[in-house]
Amino acid sequence: MNAKLEMTPNEYDAERVWRDFPILRREVHGRPLVYLDSAASSQRPASVIAAVDRYETFHHANVHRGVHQLSQEATDLFERARARVRGYVNAGSTREVVFTRGTTESINLVAQSYARPRLQPGDEILLTALEHHANIVPWQLVAAQTGAVVKAAPMDRRGVVSVTDVAAHINERTKIVACAHVSNALGTVLPVREIAQVAHDRGAVLLVDGAQAVPHQRVDVAALDCDFYAFSSHKMYGPTGIGVLVGRERLLEEMPPWQGGGDMILTVSFEKTTFNTLPYKFEAGTPNISGAVGLAAAIDYIESLGLQKIHAHEQRLLESATRQLAAVPGLDLIGTAPDKAAVISFTIDGIHPHDLGTILDAEGVAIRTGHHCAMPVMEFFGVPATARASFACYTRESDIDALVHALAKAREVFG
Amino acid sequence: MDLKDLYREVILDHNKSPRLFGRLDPADSSADGHNPLCGDRLHVTLRLDGERVSDLRFDGKGCAISVASASLMCEAVKGKRREEIAHLFGEIHAVLTHHDAPIPEDLGKLAALAGVRDFPVRVKCASLAWHTLNAALANASDPVKTE
Repeated sequence: MNAKLEMTPNEYDAERVWRDFPILRREVHGRPLVYLDSAASSQRPASVIAAVDRYETFHHANVHRGVHQLSQEATDLFERARARVRGYVNAGSTREVVFTRGTTESINLVAQSYARPRLQPGDEILLTALEHHANIVPWQLVAAQTGAVVKAAPMDRRGVVSVTDVAAHINERTKIVACAHVSNALGTVLPVREIAQVAHDRGAVLLVDGAQAVPHQRVDVAALDCDFYAFSSHKMYGPTGIGVLVGRERLLEEMPPWQGGGDMILTVSFEKTTFNTLPYKFEAGTPNISGAVGLAAAIDYIESLGLQKIHAHEQRLLESATRQLAAVPGLDLIGTAPDKAAVISFTIDGIHPHDLGTILDAEGVAIRTGHHCAMPVMEFFGVPATARASFACYTRESDIDALVHALAKAREVFG
Repeated sequence: MDLKDLYREVILDHNKSPRLFGRLDPADSSADGHNPLCGDRLHVTLRLDGERVSDLRFDGKGCAISVASASLMCEAVKGKRREEIAHLFGEIHAVLTHHDAPIPEDLGKLAALAGVRDFPVRVKCASLAWHTLNAALANASDPVKTE
């Protein structure tokens, strides 16, 4: 079915991809849905929905526990999903792939299990100015627990974070550097590989928040040489409630378990518990099995389209949308880094983003408005909020036309 | 759902040219209102003459609904007594949140805010100014305050 898209190298049939996503056929307020909020959460192709449905209908039981047939099938599917994720981001082994509830939980896990036991008062955690709250607050919590200090490397007016600026903020007290791979609010792609190098040169480890990167570009954690890489399934066409922490095996081995419960232990007595091996040490309790199955199906789907083709398609859309939006009177683009993912933040003179969101919604166009969980970014650009359109594999050129048309409508309403 | 119902002429007019915009100095009381969802921030200052709000101003940044609501509110409550304001607050609250609540005739221009009730995510925008005014009135009656 949708895995059999036949395309020549330079061809990308967005219409056919669009048809793989059942929800996109629905109407909103009597208008065809134009979904431009994939950076908040992407939609799911029929193949992912079917994979989850198949699992729930035929294979569900608890994993790693029973000797019965269903438990073995569920375990196989769950572990096959882990292997699929390993391959997708080129992790060293499945021992380095920990399932979590999502990017946020992955970062909290590292903050509490890696950072907390190591940080001394006065140690530094270096972030960047464009981080999502999920890559700020866990570090503030651990800083409060340990007496460590959170700092942020600056960005320029385009929303670019340079390696030089990051390097300049790393010193002998810096123990952890944490940065986004792609900014959710601005679209900026960060030079993660170079940041890893400057962090390692000074003896710090690097955590990368990859939530916005994994659906859009090839991520190779080995080539990036980062120590931890966190991402979510629901931003890459998979279900909500499941995400991944990829970590360097040596570091994961040293880290104490984060949560206690079943599955993360080998033996338990009331005197002593022996913890399970990686990655199970970090997976207390029954995991989100159907979520993992859905995530694996999402990876299958992405690879059936080809990540490079998706990337090229989204870059074409970004270019086209940037050109068309720049021509809208009174429109300011927020975030103009030369290296950007398919995210466009903007404001329009005299129309608050929230009003824009409502007017566009009435036209069937779904965009995100607000601070995008990145209040420091809004503060930096001196705006309370922005409107943000974000693209995915199923976004068509006609969706951008609909956006531009709806913006004209907003101008009409506000005179 | 009709946009014209939300963005009525009165709303657009008060958004473009907010009435009683600014700050009173000195003032008897003030309060800040913040809607973290959309980043709207309003500040209300007021002067009291006994039980009566003799004058008030608002300023801040927000969407058309929150600015227009604040502007309409300031016009409506200026010169009114606390209990009249409380009554008005109750009426506005009902109009904003109950889909089929009748619109009281004494609302006057404030009736323009009724369109918001078909847009549930925007109700907070319309009520921000009113909650801020309530906070300012509560501050004024707080005996530990010296204003």
